[in-house]
Amino acid sequence: MNIQFGSIKYQYIGLFLLAILLSFIGLFVKNDYYLNIFVLIGIQAIAVLGLSLLMGYAGQVSLGHAAFYGLGAYASGILTLHYGFNPYLAMLCGIAISAVMALIVGLPALRLKGHYLAMATLGFGIIINICFKEMASLTGGPSGLVGIPMLKLFNFTFDTSISYFCLVWAVFIILMLLSIHLVNSPFGRAFRALGSNEAAAQAMGVNTHIAKLIVFIISAIYASLAGSLYAHFVTFISPASFGFICSIKMVTMVAIGGMGTLWGALLGTSILVSLPEFLTVFSDYDVLVYGLILIVVMIFMPEGIIQGSLKLFRRFRYKETNV
Amino acid sequence: MRSYVYRGGLFLFIFLFLFVFSGTNSFAKGKKPYKIGALFSITGRTSFIGEPEKNTAIMLVKEINAHGGINGHPLELIMYDTEGQEQNAVAKISRLILRDNVLAIIGPSLTGTTMAVIPFVQRYHVPLISCAAGIAITHPTKYWVFKVPQTDEMAVKKIYQDLNRRGIKKVAIITVSVAFGRSGRKQLIRLAPEYGIRIVADETFGPNDFDMTPQLIRMKAAHPQAVICWGTNPGPAVVAKNMRQLDFNVPLYMSHGVASQRFIQLAGKAAEGVILPAGKILVADQLPNSDPQKKVLLAYIKDYKAHYGTVPPCFGGHAYDAIYMLKMALEKVGPNRAKIRDYLENIKGFVGIDGIFNMSPTDHNGLTEKAFVMVQVKNGRFVLYHY
Amino acid sequence: MIGQILQFLFSGLTNGAVYAVIALGFTIIYNATDVINFAQGEFVMLGAMFMYTFVHFLSWPVPISFVATIICVAIIGMLVEFFTIRPAKNADIISLIIITIGVSIFLRGVAMMVWGKNPVAVPPFTGSTPIVFMGAAIDPQIIWVLVITLIAMIFTQWFFKYTIWGKAMRACAVNKKAAKLVGIKVERLVSLSFALSAGISAAAGAVMAPITFASYDMGTMLGLKGFCAAVLGGLGSGIGSILGGFILGILEAFGAGYISSSYKDAFAFLILLIVLFLKPQGLLGQGEVDKL
Repeated sequence: MNIQFGSIKYQYIGLFLLAILLSFIGLFVKNDYYLNIFVLIGIQAIAVLGLSLLMGYAGQVSLGHAAFYGLGAYASGILTLHYGFNPYLAMLCGIAISAVMALIVGLPALRLKGHYLAMATLGFGIIINICFKEMASLTGGPSGLVGIPMLKLFNFTFDTSISYFCLVWAVFIILMLLSIHLVNSPFGRAFRALGSNEAAAQAMGVNTHIAKLIVFIISAIYASLAGSLYAHFVTFISPASFGFICSIKMVTMVAIGGMGTLWGALLGTSILVSLPEFLTVFSDYDVLVYGLILIVVMIFMPEGIIQGSLKLFRRFRYKETNV
Repeated sequence: MRSYVYRGGLFLFIFLFLFVFSGTNSFAKGKKPYKIGALFSITGRTSFIGEPEKNTAIMLVKEINAHGGINGHPLELIMYDTEGQEQNAVAKISRLILRDNVLAIIGPSLTGTTMAVIPFVQRYHVPLISCAAGIAITHPTKYWVFKVPQTDEMAVKKIYQDLNRRGIKKVAIITVSVAFGRSGRKQLIRLAPEYGIRIVADETFGPNDFDMTPQLIRMKAAHPQAVICWGTNPGPAVVAKNMRQLDFNVPLYMSHGVASQRFIQLAGKAAEGVILPAGKILVADQLPNSDPQKKVLLAYIKDYKAHYGTVPPCFGGHAYDAIYMLKMALEKVGPNRAKIRDYLENIKGFVGIDGIFNMSPTDHNGLTEKAFVMVQVKNGRFVLYHY
Repeated sequence: MIGQILQFLFSGLTNGAVYAVIALGFTIIYNATDVINFAQGEFVMLGAMFMYTFVHFLSWPVPISFVATIICVAIIGMLVEFFTIRPAKNADIISLIIITIGVSIFLRGVAMMVWGKNPVAVPPFTGSTPIVFMGAAIDPQIIWVLVITLIAMIFTQWFFKYTIWGKAMRACAVNKKAAKLVGIKVERLVSLSFALSAGISAAAGAVMAPITFASYDMGTMLGLKGFCAAVLGGLGSGIGSILGGFILGILEAFGAGYISSSYKDAFAFLILLIVLFLKPQGLLGQGEVDKL
């Protein structure tokens, strides 16, 4: 896996440009339907950002991340709807629950490698999803939780698409800033080392087990936060949105965007969340096209679209085959 | 350096994307056609419900337009598939309301999907005529929400009345865990004491389960005199088959969720003898001539058959009633969501497929249990069992 | 009481047999290529769907349909290997896993297009009157499932022990480079392993479809549970896979019967997690599991 580091200065410029782009979108896209799509991209991007830290930088694979996304969503949903919790408190509860679950699962699972870790996270994700479906008195069962209250800040309710758009992307930019600093900090270098070559990292004195665990928990927290935001946005959640397919989609977003990078997470999410809108022509075949895209990208551009295109670009420019 | 190419790529993509969408943003919505939306479970496990609804809707809209539309305005039907899944329904209702700007919406086909979209029509003030059975849809009454099918409470009453007639007192129930089943189960438990019925076993199954033998083994051990199964295909067909496989031979009652030939196809020989409440359309030709609905029923059957070559499954009738109600509303009050809603609330004596409707501000369904008849599966067909 | 226990036992054995065959399929491919084939469940689904097409649509007699189904799905297995695994060559584990997941999604999409989304009923091989035995009713199709899966297992064991190809495959599993050095055509064997794995999975799918229904999405859960069985028995061990399958099936049936039927699906994955955390090599697994 190729690991990409841009210097912090460039990342800041990138964030600034992103903010400008978002302002344009917010000002000129008037139709709520399309604005909603951007909101969804933002929410998913938060979750995928966390996953890219885990997969891209620390080199661990998780096929069950939808579980943390769902835990955040259901915690927010259930606590605010059935127990009248303050939504921000509920969000924190969701984060706490996800972090604890990540600790419990991560402790034994992260000792495994390769496909065994993938399988453990897969199993975990499915069990959590089944719990969402079966604990019907708590979660509403397969038909889901309806009427989740919206987010409020002092006297302002986030009940319009544009207000949620601003909220979600503000959160994303803050988290992106945090992630950039994390990745470039000494701790960040430690877990990047472990993603590169675990044995070498250990030889250098990195406690790989703790490092993996911490990144896993961080990625779970990101996903949980995203889930809570999702719940208060759509005001309806059901187990079907947090199953195996969701986990795979998240992994695909990381992979397609470029597994070594934070910006890749944003790109991958933008592409995959908006793809169904482009594919409405194929509406029934979108499953097929999805699988096809997965296969083709992983075979020919396993480092992701950006790196893959860069390689092609360089090939044409320099006529070297040695990249 | 690399990062520049990165971000360049990202922004290029987003601009392209914006460009594609802003174009389709807002061009003048044609004043002439009256746009109504429809959400049905056209594909997926419950396609046997959504497909006849889709066919009926298309057929009726075509006929209405062939006769000059509604006061000269063509009727435009914008239809989406929920696949029977709640999150699809939520996504598509958003599209109907925000992007397609429809005047009213018919559907969804299922209780679960209906419950999921209710907050959206309430929030955006759009009249909804649901084609689903759950009692929670209209009890308590919601300002913008109506429904046409008979309620599951009525179905339970009819079944219990029949059990009383046969002297059966101990039953075992098995219900699906989605909203339709949970609603049915609630009614079964609530009404049992009223009819002197004792529920000796209470099991559930998931909407995608293919093996109910563990539950049935436990139910058999409780020695019930009859089994009541509440779900939509294919679950109940599996239950019927499993019961035969386990040699568990007591009278089997089903909900109106399986009132379609598909159930008989899936369950095969195991369907023989099953009794269920159903809309009159299932046995229209067997009704007495004095029945006020018979004429409308036979005309619809003839029409559907001419268009599609088969007899319409029960569920198609829901779409028929919903479209006709909207047609009447639009003819009277024109393209105004609030006025349409008011009209719907005051419909009286409308002879539809599902029954004779008498709406009111406290009853957005308008039917009684007289809208149901009891039918039984005999020789691979539905036969009138009790009028 | 005995009747109830026997009933659960038979239910467990039936599902267990199917899991055993799927687990065997995983193991065969894993041994030949180190790849975990996420699309394994789809081969089972294709077996069921092809059987439905041949028997119901083309009205071919059951034995011929059965053989035709196995052959068709085996070919599809080889095509999958040729188009998706071979080009990926030295890709890392995450990429390979994602590729097989992509294949699984793709096959499911194709099945949905071809056969539609509705579940279909496959006619049973010899009728459906249950045989009553000591208070338990046994659907005759269950006997077929047990018989055919047993034959598949015996065939596989014979193949690996006594045929030259089987032995060559075992050589590949031990050390691919050494196998190449002694002249074994590894690529052909990889193809063969996919064909074999797909074929037996299809057989299992074809024979179990009449008990319930076949639909385009029946493969996912089956594949995942089959994988759990493979891990339980020990990835890479043929006997382990079979053992793991039956143990999983029985545990699941009794769990569903006596603990909770709603959480039935969760049992398989719970067992998976327990095995991975306590003894990742499984019951009979050989070799080390990479642990750091």
